[in-house]
Amino acid sequence: MSITEILFWFLSALALMGATMVVISKNPIYSIIWLIVVFFAISGHYILLNAQFIAIVNLIVYAGAIMVLFLFVVMLMNLNSQTEPQKNTWLKVAGAISGGSLMLIMVDVVRSAADMQGKTALVKEGNIGLIKNLGRVLFRDYVVPFEIASILFLSAMIGAVVIGKRERDEPAAQ
Amino acid sequence: MPIQYYITLSVVLFCIGVVGVLTRRNAIIIFMCVELMLNAVNLLMVAFSKMHHGNALATNPDSLAGVEAQLFVFFTMVVAAAEVSVGLAIIVMLYRNTHSVDVNFLNRLKN
Repeated sequence: MSITEILFWFLSALALMGATMVVISKNPIYSIIWLIVVFFAISGHYILLNAQFIAIVNLIVYAGAIMVLFLFVVMLMNLNSQTEPQKNTWLKVAGAISGGSLMLIMVDVVRSAADMQGKTALVKEGNIGLIKNLGRVLFRDYVVPFEIASILFLSAMIGAVVIGKRERDEPAAQ
Repeated sequence: MPIQYYITLSVVLFCIGVVGVLTRRNAIIIFMCVELMLNAVNLLMVAFSKMHHGNALATNPDSLAGVEAQLFVFFTMVVAAAEVSVGLAIIVMLYRNTHSVDVNFLNRLKN
């Protein structure tokens, strides 16, 4: 077993365990911490696939910014484990069965698809993930979507401020 | 690595996200499971990008095939960041009005 395979299996196991713990944790803060673990594992996968730019952006944007935002909101609301009062067992069973069926069907399709036999993803080589190539294509072919993304960010920021603004006659939250 | 391994990993991550959205009642956890699904798709897109690149390298050693998929991953992250900012603002607003983040409280549009 080469070092690449060992890394692949380790990162996959870490991602799957983290994702499972996100779903089954009672405390929202533990969910957030496990989600950070998942993001680190996925970034490791990107580095293994030689997509360094995506890996770093994933770490900065997801594990850095978005998770801090989630943690901030959870802390602001002072949530703890007994804030989920309605425990409907049938709902959980039904959700697990339907999600598991979806997974079984898709895994079986992947396993038996003739198109996928013998195809490999290039690992540890290839230079398309470097920022030099990505930036060149981004600013040559995709510059209009890039600028539209900035407008999207501006509108999202304004939208968040407008949603969060308190009405004048609304009493202050206790 | 065989592409099936990456597809299977992405499928399993996506389905864990689906189960989380279906079973949890906490709006913030549901939101985090949506992020999990987005990340599964991103991983799948990068793996396909490298598969396409590997196929193209066999004929042309200077090929840049597969760059677009990684740019799409970048744009997905941009849209997800914008979505998170607005969505968390909505959840904070919901909490301020109902003092709960339980999505079962959101059935008042029924009446």
